[in-house]
Amino acid sequence: MTELNEDTVRAECRAWLEANWDPNLGLVEWRHKLAESGWGNPHWPSRWYGRDLPVGLVPVVKEEFARIQAIGPAEAGIRVLAAATILAHGTDMHKEKFLLRIMTGEDTWCQLFSEPGSGSDVAGAVTRAEMRGNQWIVNGQKVWTTSAHKAHWGLLLARTDWDAKKHAGLSYFIIDMKQPGISVHPLRQMNGHASFNQVFITDAKVEPEFLVSEVGNGWAVTTTTLMHERRGADGLRTWGKGSTRPERAYEEERAEIATTMEPYRWYPQRAGRVDLVIPRAKETGKIADPVVRQEIAKLMTMSKAAEWTARRARVAQEEGRPQGPEGSLGKLVSSNIARAAARVHTQISGVDALLTGDDSPMNGVIAEILVSVPATSIAGGTDEIQRNIISERVLKMPRERTGDTDKPFKDVPRNIVA
Amino acid sequence: MKFSFSSEQEEFRSNLRRFLADRAPIKETRRLMELDAGWERAGWKALNAELGLTAVRIPEEYGGHGFGFSELCIVLEEMGRALVCAPYFATTVLAAGAILLAGSAERKAELLPGIAAGDTIATLASAEDSGSWDAASCTLTASATGRLNGHKSFVLDGHTADLIVVLARGPSGLAFYTVDGNASGLTRRLLKTMDATRKLARLEFNDVEATLLGSAEGTYDRLMTEAAVCLSNEMAGGAERLREDALAYSMMRMQFGKPIASFQSMKHKAADMLLDVELAKSAAYYAAAALDDGDADIAVTASLAKACASDAYSQTATHAIQIHGGIGFTWDNDTHLWYKRAKSSDVLFGDAFYHRENMMKHWAA
Repeated sequence: MTELNEDTVRAECRAWLEANWDPNLGLVEWRHKLAESGWGNPHWPSRWYGRDLPVGLVPVVKEEFARIQAIGPAEAGIRVLAAATILAHGTDMHKEKFLLRIMTGEDTWCQLFSEPGSGSDVAGAVTRAEMRGNQWIVNGQKVWTTSAHKAHWGLLLARTDWDAKKHAGLSYFIIDMKQPGISVHPLRQMNGHASFNQVFITDAKVEPEFLVSEVGNGWAVTTTTLMHERRGADGLRTWGKGSTRPERAYEEERAEIATTMEPYRWYPQRAGRVDLVIPRAKETGKIADPVVRQEIAKLMTMSKAAEWTARRARVAQEEGRPQGPEGSLGKLVSSNIARAAARVHTQISGVDALLTGDDSPMNGVIAEILVSVPATSIAGGTDEIQRNIISERVLKMPRERTGDTDKPFKDVPRNIVA
Repeated sequence: MKFSFSSEQEEFRSNLRRFLADRAPIKETRRLMELDAGWERAGWKALNAELGLTAVRIPEEYGGHGFGFSELCIVLEEMGRALVCAPYFATTVLAAGAILLAGSAERKAELLPGIAAGDTIATLASAEDSGSWDAASCTLTASATGRLNGHKSFVLDGHTADLIVVLARGPSGLAFYTVDGNASGLTRRLLKTMDATRKLARLEFNDVEATLLGSAEGTYDRLMTEAAVCLSNEMAGGAERLREDALAYSMMRMQFGKPIASFQSMKHKAADMLLDVELAKSAAYYAAAALDDGDADIAVTASLAKACASDAYSQTATHAIQIHGGIGFTWDNDTHLWYKRAKSSDVLFGDAFYHRENMMKHWAA
């Protein structure tokens, strides 16, 4: 058996790609080949469409795919989180049924965690799953669900025991989204887009074998999903446009990307569009204003230093060294950057910042920045939660006492509605 | 570009940190800062003898170790962290830097071995009463026969240096000259500095004999770039120490029956402080590596690192005093020593506003 290192992996992957990559194949057909060979998700187990490759060597494989512009497995959206969760906690039946169709992109997934009453406090979920007869019956409401209207399957967190303490009463299910008990409605945001949904669940059914892990172990499974969500968050923001080449596989991939990315059209704006600051300042002449210059330089300093901090964290990971505190800061700093960028864009635009749509600079892009950045410091964990995580996990400061973990969940206070 | 330290560099850092904790504890800083000199030759010699710190970036042919800025900056970061009172920055970054940039092979061979061995304390005299570190503001003159007339101010360790590299207007433009610390016609006066750990002097040159080192055209700007990068690393070290000490204090300090570190207001402040310090470290490390790599944009990167470190160090110092509460405002508590070092570091070689404007000159072009 050949030794696994960068060179052998590169050579083997390159040889396979050169022998097999054919852009005239259909996307699903090609991805079946990826699944058979294990090169699509090489870090997955060899029994389940992978090659048991150490995570550290995955970038080598990605480089080889990029080198000849070979298309990889379907990776965008919640499906990646579903795959990671199923690999960690799923049964063989789950793996058999779901992993291949996740890789090929045939199935779309959504995540049913957040609720109107539990945002930062996901473990406070009150959506209810009860065993009636030989089926789980689910009732409740979920929110901020991306792609729920397109999804075939949902990752569901629901409460199965109200007498147990908060975390111990939760269970994790895979739920069929195409059933009468599920009703999906778009949720309009302050920037006018509707990227997410509200999901109303009324007597929806889940077969017992679609429970993931055990009854009452839902929080541990949720933690796995959330961990992968945090890890992948940056990937989503930088996801590419696909190749412009004419062959069939590229064409199908472009269509897939267009569909998947539709809800995220405004995401670049939510990050503040630091890239536009200097061009806009030049275009408007504000580049000559010493006050604006100071603010631009402050923003650029933060942005560059954040980029280099992320690089430090990534290199530590690649070298297999324990990550220092630099690895936990990306989310928080991106909020600071987004806010500062919106401020500078306002300063540069002057009265034009009063306008929106095609009356405003760059056909509305600048206006969209101004009304989209508040999402950055909320979505995927508020700044406040991030600071708690940093202070408790990285700095080892004492956890604050909470009022909901020492009693049966049914006795925990809920929102006070006057 | 490298984004991590090698295991040799990490080992060097941890040895140095232990060594400085042992030989340069804060009570030694407090003792030395009360002296006019600000340092002692015996202690300085000992500091050098074991780890050869002044030799780090001096090439082997001149008696040094031949390492790069990355290693020099590790020393500076650790010295900033320990708040060491020593003429290290003046000697190795400023004077040795000027000699390496502008000196002929003969002058390097004459001057650098003494610095590498720790025998020569040296500095750079460039700013004047105007307080500008821009070469254009230099008014001190050098005659064709190498006599210097004029003044210099804000000269780091200028009252104690054995060798002074002076920026002067010579017959053929801006140039560096070397002057003996005890040269006749040279009057040195210690300035009263707010940061007692960083001594500054004002120097009067009255027909002082000097030797031409080399042209300062281009080399002086480069030297200021190097100084900004090196100081950024020193500042990152000091900021991190302040952050850690304030965190430790918050974990120990009990109010209302629990450690103040358990209050969310403290935890969130601590998280923000970590972010500030890590960003400053990233910029400082990147800039040091960029100097070693010969990065073409290094002047911008240096200004970015300095502006980042200035804001981070000042902010961290402000938070650190606040976290300590009343005791943080006392002389006996050590926090103010770093607070003052943060202030002096911010202003030295141009403050954050100056460096941000520097960055914009490049980006606006």
